[in-house]
Amino acid sequence: MPDESSVLDFQRVSLQYEGTWALRNVSLALKAGETRIILGAAGSGKTTLLKAVIGLVHVDEGTIKIFGEEVTSRKEHELYSLRGRAGMLFQEGALFDSLSIGENVEYPLMNQQPTGRQGDEASLQSEADQRAREALRFVELEQTFDKFPSELSGGMRRRVGIARAIVTEPPLILYDSPTAGLDPITANTIMALVAKERDVRNTTSLIVTHRYQDGELMANFRYNPERAELVPVPEEEQTDPSHSRTKFIVMKEGEVIFLGTRRELESCDDDYVKRFVRHEA
Amino acid sequence: MQYEGEVVAGSSCLLRFLTTWIGSFQEFLILAGLAFRNVVRRPHYYDDVFLQMDIIGVGSLPIVILTGAFSGAIIALQMSRALNTYGASSQVGAIVSLTLVRELGPVLTALLVAGRNASGIASELGSMKVTEQIDAMRALGTDPVQKLVTPRLTATAIMLPCLTVVADAIGLFGAFVVAVPLLRLITSEQYWSTSWRALVLNDLGQGLGKPFVFGMLIALIGCFYGLRTTGGTQGVGRATTQAVVAASIWIFFVTFLIDKIFVNL
Ligand SMILES: Nc1ncnc2c1ncn2[C@@H]1O[C@H](COP(=O)(O)OP(=O)(O)OP(=O)(O)O)[C@@H](O)[C@H]1O
Ligand SMILES: [Mg+2]
Repeated sequence: MPDESSVLDFQRVSLQYEGTWALRNVSLALKAGETRIILGAAGSGKTTLLKAVIGLVHVDEGTIKIFGEEVTSRKEHELYSLRGRAGMLFQEGALFDSLSIGENVEYPLMNQQPTGRQGDEASLQSEADQRAREALRFVELEQTFDKFPSELSGGMRRRVGIARAIVTEPPLILYDSPTAGLDPITANTIMALVAKERDVRNTTSLIVTHRYQDGELMANFRYNPERAELVPVPEEEQTDPSHSRTKFIVMKEGEVIFLGTRRELESCDDDYVKRFVRHEA
Repeated sequence: MQYEGEVVAGSSCLLRFLTTWIGSFQEFLILAGLAFRNVVRRPHYYDDVFLQMDIIGVGSLPIVILTGAFSGAIIALQMSRALNTYGASSQVGAIVSLTLVRELGPVLTALLVAGRNASGIASELGSMKVTEQIDAMRALGTDPVQKLVTPRLTATAIMLPCLTVVADAIGLFGAFVVAVPLLRLITSEQYWSTSWRALVLNDLGQGLGKPFVFGMLIALIGCFYGLRTTGGTQGVGRATTQAVVAASIWIFFVTFLIDKIFVNL
């Protein structure tokens, strides 16, 4: 019997692509409000892991459950309602080229509207407009509402991707490399948004990243609504493992070879794991 | 011993080729089945159907008109010489209308549209695939077959017969220009009455049935190669080429099949 608050549950999940393991015997469990930072070399299966969560790839073995419901045994059209409760930021943003920024962010709202809802077409549209603008304001890009993805920089597209992932306020959000290839300032802005989203709405999140700092930020900072900024988590809470809702995962060739807190990660002496930890000189 | 090894290697290579080919064909049939099923299922994306009809139909009009006119004129030129040797140049209208309506109109138009739109569809869907837009669509609760494949299928199946009718009409006119004012083989009334009377219902059925089938083939093949694209931008290029080649080959093969059935009727 899974825990009531268990949001995500992987049990011995394996997936092979033409003989190479993309996921190998992966087991994971996340409760509501928890965060996992996923580190690993290129091609180690991080994106595949995220896609498997919402059934975008079919696994060969094992079971995946989100919100207590099984993903792995469902057919594609039975997954749509479940996917509505998870937001995903794709590695390259994956914005729809043919739609404007506003339409991109509205898309999940217009699409995942439960059927038979009150209100006519026009009021639904204006409500979606409103919420899309809010989500864009959250990522500080409201002025781009009528532009097209091709007119935006890579970092801006990534932020629009975040807006699209969070606009329906899903309880589970999957971020695939939110900071890859960005300058440090933009990267920090984005991670601050991710942390803010987590603390304001208590979302559960999986974050794939290449930057160790991103994980540090998620683990050591917390959004303070009064001051409207991130503040460091007090030192005594950082050391107490019962407080740490942020854990790190290191993947290698499809396998999870490390799972633990930031301190455990920093004291781990596996050569592969060490590569992903920044040690103070 | 040595030869045996080669034979085994050769046959296993052939076997591998056959199994991958059959596997792809099976996937194609599954995609086609899903796309057809969605024609009658909700939600319907009418906006996308009209947009595709505009891109495929209206967009192809200029090239279809040009090609139609020239092919009609060329057939008239060639036929007038051949018919002259039999003293049958009065039949030029009949010959032109038969070849155009039955074969050349449907096949040439389909080949043009395959070159223009099977490639367009494959590259558009292929780019969406490699930039994860297809995955994003699925993640956001939209069935890519419903949203992308079915509108293209419907639009092409409707527009290709229309384009073919246009090509036939323009082709007849092109032949008229050669036969009547240019070569003065027959009078204008003779030309139009012989060309019209040459056609029977069977010809019109073939002339419209073929493009209907070709239209579905073109859209489905374009979508199929687009959606199975892998390997970045290079993969998109590959998918585009494969789509055009496959669509063209299938157009000829299906023409052959249909003719085999109808000619014997
Ligand atoms: N569609 C696919 N077809 C075949 N192999 C694939 C496919 N997608 C992923 N793979 C393979 O699966 C493995 C894991 O890929 P994945 O995209 O999950 O890596 P990743 O950890 O996200 O890498 P990166 O950090 O570069 O994004 C790789 O070896 C990759 O080659
Ligand atoms: Mg990846």
